[in-house]
Amino acid sequence: MSDITQQKAPFSSLTDRYPMRVLLAFGSLAVTIAILGGGAAFLQDVRGVSYIGIAGVGLFVGVVGIWALFYSLNSLAELFGPGVRDRIVPYVFVAPAALTLGFYILYPAVRTVWLSFLSRRGDEFVGLANYEYIFTNPAMLVVLRNTLLWVIFVPLMATVVGLLIAVIVDRFKPRWEKIVKSLVFMPMAISFVGASIIWRFVYYFRPAHLEQLGLLNAIVTALGGDPVAWITIRPWNNFLLIFIMIWLQTGFAMVILSASVKGVPKDLLDAARVDGAGELSVFFNVTIPYVKGTILVVMTTILFMVLKIFDVVYVTTSGQHGTHIVASRMYQEAFVYRNFGRGSALAVFLFVVVIPFMVRNVQHIREARSQ
Amino acid sequence: MSEKNGGSNTQGWQLQAVERQRQIRKHAAESGSFLGSARAEMTLGKLAVRLFVLVIVLVWTLPTLGVLVSSLRTPAAINATGWWQGLFRFFEFEQWTLSNYRHVLSADRMDHAFFNSLLITIPATVIPISMAAFAAFSIAWLRFHGREILFVMIVGLLVVPLQMALIPVLQVYTRYGITGTFFGMWLAHTGFGLPLATYILYGYISSIPKSILESAHADGATPWLTFTRLVLPLSIPAIASFAIFQFLWVWNDLLVALVFFGTRQPIVTTRLAELVGSRGHTWYVLTAGAFVSMVLPLLIFFSLQRYFVRGMMAGAVKG
Repeated sequence: MSDITQQKAPFSSLTDRYPMRVLLAFGSLAVTIAILGGGAAFLQDVRGVSYIGIAGVGLFVGVVGIWALFYSLNSLAELFGPGVRDRIVPYVFVAPAALTLGFYILYPAVRTVWLSFLSRRGDEFVGLANYEYIFTNPAMLVVLRNTLLWVIFVPLMATVVGLLIAVIVDRFKPRWEKIVKSLVFMPMAISFVGASIIWRFVYYFRPAHLEQLGLLNAIVTALGGDPVAWITIRPWNNFLLIFIMIWLQTGFAMVILSASVKGVPKDLLDAARVDGAGELSVFFNVTIPYVKGTILVVMTTILFMVLKIFDVVYVTTSGQHGTHIVASRMYQEAFVYRNFGRGSALAVFLFVVVIPFMVRNVQHIREARSQ
Repeated sequence: MSEKNGGSNTQGWQLQAVERQRQIRKHAAESGSFLGSARAEMTLGKLAVRLFVLVIVLVWTLPTLGVLVSSLRTPAAINATGWWQGLFRFFEFEQWTLSNYRHVLSADRMDHAFFNSLLITIPATVIPISMAAFAAFSIAWLRFHGREILFVMIVGLLVVPLQMALIPVLQVYTRYGITGTFFGMWLAHTGFGLPLATYILYGYISSIPKSILESAHADGATPWLTFTRLVLPLSIPAIASFAIFQFLWVWNDLLVALVFFGTRQPIVTTRLAELVGSRGHTWYVLTAGAFVSMVLPLLIFFSLQRYFVRGMMAGAVKG
């Protein structure tokens, strides 16, 4: 690459001199430490500082800091000869990521498993008591049932609606296809909190003598019915929350499946149609078998997502009226009741549930790669 | 594709990809319009199908529209009639106002929350991408002990739910007084975003034609130069896609913020959740607040739609 040699040339006179390089390496290391340390100290307590000040310092520390770190470490490694350097540099590049992963995921995951066998404060070994609670406590059984509903209906409905839309709009004029897809995909930009507020407004209930502000009750009353406090009706209120999640995830399913649907060979479709197959038959006998693998990936992906989501329940009902799911209950146990033992057990439960699907997904990816 | 061009011309390599995309799009466009015109007759089945699409589109847009419209109506108007009435009587101008936004931004501290969210989100996007890019490059192209194991570990960590990490990290944070700090938030989001970032960037960086990197090596480029001058610029599409995903993920995150940041200093999601708790029926506050939190993601969605879609795909498929 001529590009590299040319760009390297102007620096070489300066950086080739060894004392200069030593100075640069240690100098940049000092600057890095100053940025990170000073920034951390500054941001520890920012009361009384203007937004702009905080934002400026914060962005500088966060964005420049990470690059200063890599630069200084690399400069230090380059002080050695090329042979040693090429053996050290790979570790320098990998180390920040590996250490971060170790501290933020690997270590906590192992420790969470251990905590799940301890009491609420972690000072007493309780064996399987926390797990026993999950599977026997009546309230927890409702939580498990709700989670099961979520896990079945969200992936299923999001995928079905997403696939239908993908197949239908594939036949539209490109402009319309684009518009419909954009609108269905749009909720993916909205936070779970935002979506929950949006749907709380739709489900909003006021006593019958008042004008209904929520869309759902307005429709019900316009059809002559009485307004309903939807969110409080067990167990059906769960489906209202589930629908919020379907609403959020359908766009994802649609876009992935749309790409897959477009990959169905035209010859195959035309051949089926020439043979006299109706559109429904083409859909079930050609399109679906062809995109089956993608459907599976989409469903498992949404399933992972659904298991981990706590925001919708937290914002819409805070788990009242029998709407908790494992993820929201885990938050409540661990961070509201401060029962780290039970919270950990619930986290482990989520993890264990995911494993079989993960194995299936990995197999699928491997198959796809070997083809 | 890569072998044909060799390492001498990276631009040609990218151009080819662009050209192929164009062909695919053209093909899609042609087949679409062909079917649209050839089957113009309106059958009952077709009508039903169109009706279905219409209903879906309405359900997928009206609730959001309702919140937008309400956020622009006076509190009195919001409580008097449904938001759709506001649209039906659009020209009764006394119902429209911006005061809801003024109120949530100042009295409800959403302005402060917006800044804080940005301050958390930008570094929490840049840091994991930087770390992941360095690591991915190293794993893909440099030789060192344990790279296989490291890669398998990273992929394995992809599926560990966030919930598995929260309690122990919080214990450490509490012990060292890191809760409620921006630093703690950046690093937490970095840790939780890293497996995916590394995995995606590895996929992209490892597919850069070998000959390009070999010629750089032959020219005596150090790993640092190869990475910053060659690999990084080539990886911009993957980086952009993931950056959008991570940015939105952090911006929209509630769980990590509640656990590690708390509510003493507001950010948009925690503030909004608080407002739901304390003023759950005060729709002029909630609708305006919700829109303040949604404006940036929606802007990104409508302006960078292609990258946005790609980013969400990349982010979710392996999630």
